[in-house]
Amino acid sequence: MENNKQKVTVPVMASLMAEGKKPDFLWWVGSAGAFDDRYKKVSQAFAKILTYLDINYAILGTEESSSGDVARRAGNEMLFQMQALTNIELLKAYEIKKIITCDPHVYNTFKHEYPDFGAEFEVIHHSQFLLDLINKGKLIPGKLFSGKTITYHDPCYLGRINDIYDEPRKVISSTGGKLIEMVRNRSFALCCGAGGGQMFKEAEKGDKEVFIERIEDVLSVNPDIIATACPYCMVMMTDGLKYKNKEENKQVKDLAELIAESLEL
Amino acid sequence: MTKQIVFIIILVLTIVVFAYSFLRILRFFKLTKGKFKIDHLGKRIGITLNVAFFQSKIFRKPIIGFLHALVFWGFCVILFGSIEMVIDGISGSERSLSSLGVIYDIFMASGDIFALLIAIAILVFLFRRVFMKIKRFQGAELKKKSKQDANLALSIIFLLMVSLLGMNSAYLALVSDQYVGIYPISTFLAPLISANDPTTLHIIHETNWWVHIGLVFLFANILPYSKHFHVFMSIPNVFLSRLEPLGKIRTMESIKKEVELMMDPNAAFAAPAENEEETIERFGVMDAEDTDWKNYLDSLTCTQCGRCTSVCPANQTGKKLSPRKVFVDLRARMKEKGPELLKNKDYNDQKSLLRDYIAEEELWACTTCNACAKECPLNINHPSLIVDMRRYLVLEESAAPAELNAVFTNIENNGAPWQFSPEDRILWTQDLYMNEKPTK
Repeated sequence: MENNKQKVTVPVMASLMAEGKKPDFLWWVGSAGAFDDRYKKVSQAFAKILTYLDINYAILGTEESSSGDVARRAGNEMLFQMQALTNIELLKAYEIKKIITCDPHVYNTFKHEYPDFGAEFEVIHHSQFLLDLINKGKLIPGKLFSGKTITYHDPCYLGRINDIYDEPRKVISSTGGKLIEMVRNRSFALCCGAGGGQMFKEAEKGDKEVFIERIEDVLSVNPDIIATACPYCMVMMTDGLKYKNKEENKQVKDLAELIAESLEL
Repeated sequence: MTKQIVFIIILVLTIVVFAYSFLRILRFFKLTKGKFKIDHLGKRIGITLNVAFFQSKIFRKPIIGFLHALVFWGFCVILFGSIEMVIDGISGSERSLSSLGVIYDIFMASGDIFALLIAIAILVFLFRRVFMKIKRFQGAELKKKSKQDANLALSIIFLLMVSLLGMNSAYLALVSDQYVGIYPISTFLAPLISANDPTTLHIIHETNWWVHIGLVFLFANILPYSKHFHVFMSIPNVFLSRLEPLGKIRTMESIKKEVELMMDPNAAFAAPAENEEETIERFGVMDAEDTDWKNYLDSLTCTQCGRCTSVCPANQTGKKLSPRKVFVDLRARMKEKGPELLKNKDYNDQKSLLRDYIAEEELWACTTCNACAKECPLNINHPSLIVDMRRYLVLEESAAPAELNAVFTNIENNGAPWQFSPEDRILWTQDLYMNEKPTK
């Protein structure tokens, strides 16, 4: 199967503006999406999907900055507010109306916290975006994962905090994989352990790490694939598999990767 | 007549003592922060019906939750009977509300059934507390007094139900020759009372009547000093629930002002100078008086059931953080400092909620996953208080863990929690290739 390769060009807002073009969506990539080695692959997968679907979108590129979610939850309200004001100012200058993101923390902060600072954007998580296209028949995922079992780890900021439980599950099922649930799922799902600033620091003294407790939930249902929809969860689940020496025969994948792979992009 | 006088004296005494205890606690709200405003009335009524009256969140633990719901619904029904008993006690009448006819019969019949159901539920609760080692009933914050509190409250409720059934049964035996309504449980118990002569039956009835109402009065006056203050506070607390989305952390208006001044040089000139008399408030929460009134209400409402702590990822993995403890500590600290602070607003006992009660280690273990807030059957919001205490540490003392301070510096300098240049944000897009689009 010698496929011809096509270069993926990710449109950047500043250049688009210079050309007098307007995107339908702004994709907020997030710091993890731009910098985390593992999670960059999710950004790349999502970029491929957007290219495949001819979506008129743009990213901020070098102009993007931290949403401030971590700063706020770690208690640095001053820094959070400065980030929020700067980001909102930039987005307003570009006349952005719709923002799409793969990061539930960005989703939550933009949707619920930025309006206090004058933001009026529609915010969409990529699970909602993908399902919408599937439902409209514009995106028809391949059945690449038929015969595979997939468990879904609910990110706190997507599920419990924003009640988005069904969209990711439907996206997973669309790839032919068999969805199996952990005992603690949906609003009862255990945190991966990385929110609220934990991602960046040593855990406090205790008996075990939270991600190990969660990966044990995962392994108890013995899935082929662990699907998730959040950069932190991705990192923690991946670390969990490594800790349990299971990274050989199990994989963690974001929804965007499942879809991109099912389309053989 | 003597009965009426004795009853009225006891009733007045009960009300006076209760009002005293209640007002003593209520005055602490003067020390708390935040605006008290009741908005979105319709939404609040909806939440109250759903969360308080339908007990929706307690069913997250379906079996034991159902038992609690039975106790709650039973209390609501039996309250009707208690009101009647008070009217009877004052006026010297007997079953004064029976003139309500069918409605009365329905209340009495269901109250009779609920009395048995509650008694059974209470025995289950007691058994779980005394004989089973249930993890959420353990924890550093549960002192011996909390456990005694629980067992005492449960025992009183059990006796309340026994005396209610005893009263109903004796009544039925006493008036066996006439129809007085339906008492599905007491009908079976009445024949068990071996006494036949009306005098003895009357004494049995009166004894149960006095034991029951006496326990109601006693219970009401124990509650303000116990974690079971819950009985009074839970419905108001649910009604006053935080309405913002679970994941929203409240904006600090004081910081907003400062940031606006910093970012907009024109605003600095426009800032009125006469505001200088404004008291310099502390950023974040260091002590009980820095908390929002709702935090304190939450702490009075908490009955220490431990559902929050049992779902906390940090607590489950052996960290010191227990969301329940945060509120147990707040209530205890307010009780300690509040009275002195009311006398002298500059009172300082060289202690604070932070550190003397809640360690930094506890606060930094939170992942803000909101499992605690989601779980709380009474809509207590733990993450908001935890973040407010972190805010004090960061904004007033710059006392975040070193790694988080590095994150702050990185965000300030290069707009990302990691030390990468903004120029590199686009690297992931370079040399990206995909398989050529198959013809759709």
